[in-house]
Amino acid sequence: MRENEVWNTENPAISAEANPGWFARFIATQRCHRQLVVQPRMGFASPERMRRGLMAVHRSAATTVGTITVDSYTRVNNDRAAYEALVNARDLNGFPIVTHGPEITRQMLKGILQQNFPVQVRHGSALPFKIIQTLLHADLDATEGGPVSYCLPYSRVPLRRAINEWGASCRLLASERTKGKVNHLESFGGCMVGQLCPPGLLIALSILEGVFFRHHGLASISLSYAQQTNFQQDCEAIQALRLLANRYLSDLDWHVVIYTYMGVYPRTEEGATRLLRESVQLAIHTASERLIVKTSAEASRIPTITENVSALETAAAWAQKLSAQGDQEPSLADALVCNSEVYTEAQDLIETVLDLHLDPGEALALAFERGLLDVPFCLHPDNRNRARSFIDEHGWLRWAEPGSMRLPGFHNHSPISSITSQQLLEMLTYNEQRFDDPSNPLVSRTAQRNVRMGDTSIRKV
Amino acid sequence: MSHESVRGDHDASRYLGAKNLKRDSTFLLSSTPSDAHTWNLIFLQLLIEEHGYTVINLGACVPLAFLIQQCLFHKPDVLVISSVNGHGCDEGIRLIHTIRKIPELQDLTTLIGGKLGTQGINNRIYTEDLLTAGFDAVFHADSALPEFIKLLESAKTP
Repeated sequence: MRENEVWNTENPAISAEANPGWFARFIATQRCHRQLVVQPRMGFASPERMRRGLMAVHRSAATTVGTITVDSYTRVNNDRAAYEALVNARDLNGFPIVTHGPEITRQMLKGILQQNFPVQVRHGSALPFKIIQTLLHADLDATEGGPVSYCLPYSRVPLRRAINEWGASCRLLASERTKGKVNHLESFGGCMVGQLCPPGLLIALSILEGVFFRHHGLASISLSYAQQTNFQQDCEAIQALRLLANRYLSDLDWHVVIYTYMGVYPRTEEGATRLLRESVQLAIHTASERLIVKTSAEASRIPTITENVSALETAAAWAQKLSAQGDQEPSLADALVCNSEVYTEAQDLIETVLDLHLDPGEALALAFERGLLDVPFCLHPDNRNRARSFIDEHGWLRWAEPGSMRLPGFHNHSPISSITSQQLLEMLTYNEQRFDDPSNPLVSRTAQRNVRMGDTSIRKV
Repeated sequence: MSHESVRGDHDASRYLGAKNLKRDSTFLLSSTPSDAHTWNLIFLQLLIEEHGYTVINLGACVPLAFLIQQCLFHKPDVLVISSVNGHGCDEGIRLIHTIRKIPELQDLTTLIGGKLGTQGINNRIYTEDLLTAGFDAVFHADSALPEFIKLLESAKTP
């Protein structure tokens, strides 16, 4: 079985306390117990506060893994700005792991990082080598990103440069297998620009990054998928993702991680809870192994530890309830999923890209150069940004314009040729409206939105 | 140079109306070097274009040197910095100090808006520092949109 192949390393050099790759093993164990793992986003500048946050997550009434979210200065390799913010006690939106260094990080984790509480480092960096080097020296074993998913949405770094550095970073993570440590890397490809990307492309990008990770020696990976605007569409997409992972990545240890909606969040407590619960239902229904939750606070500021714990416990309680009800049967038989539009679209995109070159990194670079991959609304200079999406009358994400992508299922049924700021705002706030006020039909919601423009603020999406 | 900044209510549109925002003004839109968010920029570009102006959108994570080069090249009428990652105040101050040292950019109308700190509604404490540093107007997330729209509508005919 795959897991044995990945972890069958008996190395006497590893002491009992050393981390052999706790993250991947923990997820596998919880999968055997059919227990959903929930995880927050969390990053504070001070090691003391970061430690308290991790402890609170571990002690919460939920099956959790911990998160260290790195700050934005460190993400863009501006260690000097991170250092200055630290010494001058200025606002920092995460843990500056490179500035603190491996020793302080290791001390911060002492007694917390363990077999039954692994920790993942989240960073969003297009050039992550130093961050990954630091986390490995701190005896951590799990991180996330990818050459495309952490370059195009979040940087101006040329794609080829990101591909090179991500290749080196993957090889660094993989190199520890010689001493018996299996490091884990999650692809952020299912979360491209956070929202409004039709699922076929999200799936293709996750799988392609997985292929890239394997090419550079990684043995344990996960594939992401962000909750979008329609539950049925998301279920079908995740099932397609799992089948395609079986097809293209069967020799790796892999699992699926779901992200609670990353866009404009409901304003009401009830709406936020409903949205969170739907993401839990999505995870349970598709037998996904891990869920990254969101708090309602994140719409306006960085959440407190208490808010994060509350979201984790809410998610865990709902998962418990759904599991007890036996809600773990997939909605569609595999054969139906294989014939679905989303599966076909994703597979076509994957095959088109892999055909371009034997080296998956080079294949990805060529694909974006030629517009064969094109992420809607992505402003990066190396993305064509001609592709467009829209939300149809049933709440499904559809292609309005495919750009140069080959999408056999595309039939030019879009009602809009170019988008207005009003239409964009409606798409961005679709879930907020849907969950804050589920009784109102969409038409009158749109009318209300026009009236409310006067007091609507530009919110974090 | 004098920055006649209105404290308290800080009615940006009234101030900038006096600075002759023209109907055919060109806007250069950018984020800060560490900010990777883009939906704010996409939305702002559409909004500004719908009011009849030309927009050059530099996107996210814009290095300072590149921003300056683009300002000198495009010679925009207005520079808009939008940031929502909580580092906007500190990065904004560094940015505007550098811009104002360049003779050609000393009088460039420069606005900043978004979530400029990590303090939620208390981010307003940063307004004075940003204006003192050299920005012409500061917009905070909870009231930014209506104020900015007022500004866009305040243009005199050429």
